[in-house]
Amino acid sequence: MAPAVLIEKLQKKYGAVEAVKDVSLRIEPGEIFGLLGPNGAGKTTTLRCLCTLAEPNAGKIEVSGISVLEQPKLARQKLGYVAQEVAIDKVLTGRELLELQAALYHLPRAIAKSQIEAVIQRLGLKDYADKKSGTYSGGLKKRLDLAAGLLHQPDVLVLDEPTVGLDIESRVAVWEFLRKIRAEGTTVLLTSHYLEEIDMLADRVAIIDQGKVIAAGTPSDLKDKVGGDRITLRIREFTALDEAETAKTLLADLAPVQEVIINTAQGNSLNLVVRPQSDALTAVQTALHQANLPIFGIAQSRPSLDDVYLAATGRTLLDAEIAAAGTRDEKAERKKQMR
Amino acid sequence: MSSSTTPSTLNSPVTVPADSTHGVLADFLQETSALTRRLFIQLQRRPSTLLAGIIQPLMWLILFGALFQNAPTGFLGSEISYGRFIGAGIIVFTAFGGALNAGLPVMFDREFGFLNRLLVAPLASRYSIVMASAIFITAMSTIQTIAIIAMSAFLGAGLPSATGLVLVGAIVLLLVVGVTALSLGLAFSLPGHIELIAVIFVTNLPLLFASTALVPLSFMPPWLQWVATLNPLSYAIEPIRYVYLHPEWSWQSVVLHAPFGDVTLGAALLVLIGFCAIALLSIQPRLKRAFA
Repeated sequence: MAPAVLIEKLQKKYGAVEAVKDVSLRIEPGEIFGLLGPNGAGKTTTLRCLCTLAEPNAGKIEVSGISVLEQPKLARQKLGYVAQEVAIDKVLTGRELLELQAALYHLPRAIAKSQIEAVIQRLGLKDYADKKSGTYSGGLKKRLDLAAGLLHQPDVLVLDEPTVGLDIESRVAVWEFLRKIRAEGTTVLLTSHYLEEIDMLADRVAIIDQGKVIAAGTPSDLKDKVGGDRITLRIREFTALDEAETAKTLLADLAPVQEVIINTAQGNSLNLVVRPQSDALTAVQTALHQANLPIFGIAQSRPSLDDVYLAATGRTLLDAEIAAAGTRDEKAERKKQMR
Repeated sequence: MSSSTTPSTLNSPVTVPADSTHGVLADFLQETSALTRRLFIQLQRRPSTLLAGIIQPLMWLILFGALFQNAPTGFLGSEISYGRFIGAGIIVFTAFGGALNAGLPVMFDREFGFLNRLLVAPLASRYSIVMASAIFITAMSTIQTIAIIAMSAFLGAGLPSATGLVLVGAIVLLLVVGVTALSLGLAFSLPGHIELIAVIFVTNLPLLFASTALVPLSFMPPWLQWVATLNPLSYAIEPIRYVYLHPEWSWQSVVLHAPFGDVTLGAALLVLIGFCAIALLSIQPRLKRAFA
C-alpha cells in the first residue's frame, strides 16, 4: 500500500531564504503524524508545498501514490487542508460555506447534502449552521474550518497549528475530533509547536529545525533514544559561563551522570542526562556542596520531546521560539503566505 | 437524516470521480455557479453596494448634464443636447468602474486566506474565479445600465431601438469581462490591497478623461485625440452613442473619426472582442501559478 504522504528531499526557497532545506517524511495510512518544531522551522512551508500552494525547488511529494507536482488536481482531491488562519467568509452562514466547499470539490448534490449534515453533526455545529459565521467564537470558527476540510472525505487531513489561539476547551475538542477521524481511517498530518500536543496525539513525529528533519519516530522511541532522566540545574539565577563550565566538568565525572549540556539561552543553566532510578539528584547536590557551589534551583524529570529537540540542537523549543520571534519579519512572511 | 446513520455516510467511499477529465465542463459550471452564488449572497446581505452603484451613475448623469448645459451650441458638432450625448459615456464609465474594482474582493480573499481555500481545491479551472466575478459584475452593470437608460430617457435622451439595446448589452458584456479579467490578474499579482487601490485610482479617472465619454473627439487637442482613439473605452462609448443617436445603424456605420482613419461600428466591436481576448489570455500565467 502506498504511503499516505511521501515527501523526499523537499527544498523550498523564498528569494534568498531557504525555508525548507531538506525534509523527507513517510506517513502511513491511518496514523496521526506530528510535525514539531519552533516557529520559522519550515513546517508551514512544507505543508504549503504538499497542498499545492507553493512549488518546491526540488524534491518529490506524493499523496496516496499520486505525484502532487505531476497531477495536482488529483492530489487536491485526496487532501483536506485546514490553514492556521481560519479562512471563512463572515457574511456566509456555516452551511453556506460548506455548500460552497462541496461545490469546489464537485460533490454531487445528494452526497453534498448528506455530507454537510454529517459534518455539521460531527462537529457540533447544528445550532450555529444557519447563523452567519462572523458571529462565531474562535473555537466555533475552527470547528467550521475543520468541517470544511473533512467534507470531501480526504485521504489525508492536513492541519497547520490547529489549536493555536484556542481556549483549552476547544483544544480538547479538536484533539478528540482528530482521534475520532483517525479511528475511521483518515490520515492526519498536523504541525504544532506545542510539544505536549504532539506527544499526546501523534503516533509518529518528525522534529523540524531550520528547514531540516532532525529526528523522526514514535514519541516514545525518540524519548528512549535520548535516554535517561533529566535534571535541570541552576547554580545561580544567572550563572557566569566559566562557573557553569566548572560545574559541568565536576558533574560529568559523577557515576550516574551520562551527559551535561550548558543551556546558554537559559542563563547558563545545566541540563543533565542521568541514569533512570539512580540517586543522581543526591549525588549532584553533594558534589556541588563539596565544591562550594550554590544551588538556585534543581529539578528532576522524565525526558520529553523537548529533550529530543535539545539533544539535537543544543537549545530548547521555547528558546528557539523566543530567538525566532526576535528575527521574524512578519510583513515579509505575510507576503510569502499570500503567494 | 437520523444521527445514527451519520458516521456511515462519512465512512462511505469518496464518490468524486477519480478520473479528472470526466465532466470537466460540469465541474467548471458547478464551481462557477457556487462562487457566483457567494457573491450574490454577499450583495444581498450588504445591499449598500448595489444602492450606491445605482445612485452614483444617476448623479453623474444629472451633474454632468447640468455642468455642460450652457456649453456653446455646435460644441458637440451637431444639434443634440449634452444630456443625450453623455448617456453612453456614463454607461461605459460605470461598467468600467465596476469591473475595475472586481479584483478588490479577490485581493481581500487573498489577504484573509480565503483564496487558499479555492487554490487547494481541485478546481476544473481557476478561470471559474474570473467567470464568477465577471457574471456578478455583468449583473450589476446590467442593473446600472438599465437605470441609466431609464433616467436618460426620463431626461429626454430617448431610447435606442431594440436591436440597439442588444448591442449596448453586448458591448457592456465585452468590456466587463475584459476589464474584470485584468483586475483579477492584478489582484493575483500585486502585493496587497493598498497597491491595487492605487492602481485603480490612477487608471479610473484618467481613462475616463482620455476617452470620448465627456466630450467628442473633435473638441480635443490633436495629441489627446490620439490617446482617446487608442483607449479601449472609446470603442465601447462611440458605438453605444451612435445607436442612441441613429436608429438606422449598420456594421458599416462610421462611429469614430480617428486621426489614423475612420472606425466603423463593426471594427469597434472587433477591437473590443480583441481587447477581451487579450485580457483573458494575459492573466493565464497568474492563474496557473503555484501550478494549476
